[in-house]
Amino acid sequence: MSTVEFPSTEVELSTTVRSIDRLDRERLRGRLARMSWYTRICASWVVLIIAAAIFADFIPGLPDPNYQGFLWGNDKILEPPSRDHWLGTDGISRDNLARVIYGARVSLIFAASAVASGLLFGGVIGSVAGFMRGKVDGAIGFGIDVMLAMPGLVIYIFFITMIGKFGLVWMCLVVSALVIAPYARVARANALAISNREFVTAARSIGTNKARILFREVIPNVYPTLFAYALVSMGVLIILESTLSFLGIGMPIPTSSWGNMIAESRRDLAINPWPLVWPALTLILTVYSINVVADWIRKDMAARTSALS
Amino acid sequence: MARLITARLVRLVAVLLAVSFLTFMMANLLPGDPIDALIPIELQEDQEFVAELREEWGLNDPLLVRYGRWLGNAVQGDLGRSYITGRPIMDEIAPRLPITGQLMVVSIGLALLVAVPLGVLSAYREGSRTDQSVTGGALLGISTPNFLLGIFLIYFLAVKLQWFPAVGWVRISDSFTGNLKSMALPVVSLAVAEAAVFTRLVRSDMIATLQENYILSARAKGLRDRFILFRHGLRPSSLTLITVVGLNMASLIGGTVVLERLFAIPGLGWRFFGAFFQRDYMMIQGITMLIAAFYVIINAVVDFIYLAIDPRIRRRA
Repeated sequence: MSTVEFPSTEVELSTTVRSIDRLDRERLRGRLARMSWYTRICASWVVLIIAAAIFADFIPGLPDPNYQGFLWGNDKILEPPSRDHWLGTDGISRDNLARVIYGARVSLIFAASAVASGLLFGGVIGSVAGFMRGKVDGAIGFGIDVMLAMPGLVIYIFFITMIGKFGLVWMCLVVSALVIAPYARVARANALAISNREFVTAARSIGTNKARILFREVIPNVYPTLFAYALVSMGVLIILESTLSFLGIGMPIPTSSWGNMIAESRRDLAINPWPLVWPALTLILTVYSINVVADWIRKDMAARTSALS
Repeated sequence: MARLITARLVRLVAVLLAVSFLTFMMANLLPGDPIDALIPIELQEDQEFVAELREEWGLNDPLLVRYGRWLGNAVQGDLGRSYITGRPIMDEIAPRLPITGQLMVVSIGLALLVAVPLGVLSAYREGSRTDQSVTGGALLGISTPNFLLGIFLIYFLAVKLQWFPAVGWVRISDSFTGNLKSMALPVVSLAVAEAAVFTRLVRSDMIATLQENYILSARAKGLRDRFILFRHGLRPSSLTLITVVGLNMASLIGGTVVLERLFAIPGLGWRFFGAFFQRDYMMIQGITMLIAAFYVIINAVVDFIYLAIDPRIRRRA
């Protein structure tokens, strides 16, 4: 460091940041190694469900989720688990395993699109509000308040009634719009705290422009906490999808989704509970596993932030 | 203090105005003519009749005028008339409010009654087997959708054991025990997830509180553990809880909509669904507005309770 010019200081700063990044990555490897066996099982389950949902079309021997074998005399209705149908068949002889796997696809697409929209739009809008303060924050904060004033399910039904269209695309669109406000609220609170930290003050003092501080200093630090929130909201969204489909205001009926499966096999509950138990069990296990992983990440992050301050 | 309260109230009114404007505009700007909801297609060929109806329902006025009129009436407790039944919306909703209200109040009460002792116990014995089973159970409670819990309860307790009715609602004025029985299953289905959330909150806040110095000094004075936990520890640990109880009203309202549907309870949620399937825009708009108002007011009340409980915030204000 000879003649101190602002740009070069900035380079110094960013190299430090990069070396901290490397350190972080090594720590992450250590943290993953210390993951408890219980959390590992839950994480593996989530990975398995995601993989099954993505590669459902390529699983060998998996029947079409809408194929009704009994119409051609191939299969019976409400069969118990067997070699041909590992989880048995439902009330109109469709394969339960195939329906659970294709149902996972619907749940995950729904949850993932909403989470992506929340992270992208909510995250940036909230960060801008928390960082800029003043009038911008006031306006955004008011918008968030208005959006959050209407309970999720109620406002979902309101929008779907007014649009008058069903199906995965419309569900995803409506929910993607609705999740922006809660994400923005979380991001805003984080950005407010981060904007007071010493490294933001440092960046300000060397005259970095605002947009650069926002995108290089504030937003990268808002997102880790937001990811933990995203994981928790993923669980909530999967439950929401099944609830909507169960009520008949989500996925239209022949499409296999966990909520639809539960709704359709309710009347057969007394004869053969399996067609209802499988989607119910998968749903609970998946959301539970996601929550366990989210808890682990949160605990981990709490340890990290306390070590810093 | 007074300035803080006025600021909150002004914001509350502003939020409600914005919500009402949004719901009204959404309901009216999107494609679809209220005439379609009012009369069948065949009758719409009679132009004179349609014009007459438009005049009667005030559909010819500019949108802003209609919004102003709707808002003016809404403030006086008149949410307009249903496009399907033609009856005032308030008349249809009013007898249903106590049912939904009862479901919500009892669920929240039950959830708190279970969650506070469990959370305190769990924090007191942090890391023990009791703590592990409480936190594990809470996580499972959060992960179970309320309608699924409702289905299981109906199947085992109503169909198999026949302890409770599977569906329907008995008004408290008709029979007290009947009311309790018809309320039991939906209330439990609603309360489990709420209790799970509350338990986790009380536990983590209590663990933080128990590390404070004044707890140590209370212990040094020789006070009993139970006294310390509930007298010294609970109050500062319940701040987040109170906020979340208010915020969770949203999920609770959603939950009652779902469970009223599942248990065929003639509450607000049931009517809301009916309006949804009949495309009764006026009704949807009215109920949405009512629920939003309720939710915003509850959360403002929660903020004021917060002020009353936490002397630090009061002093700063």
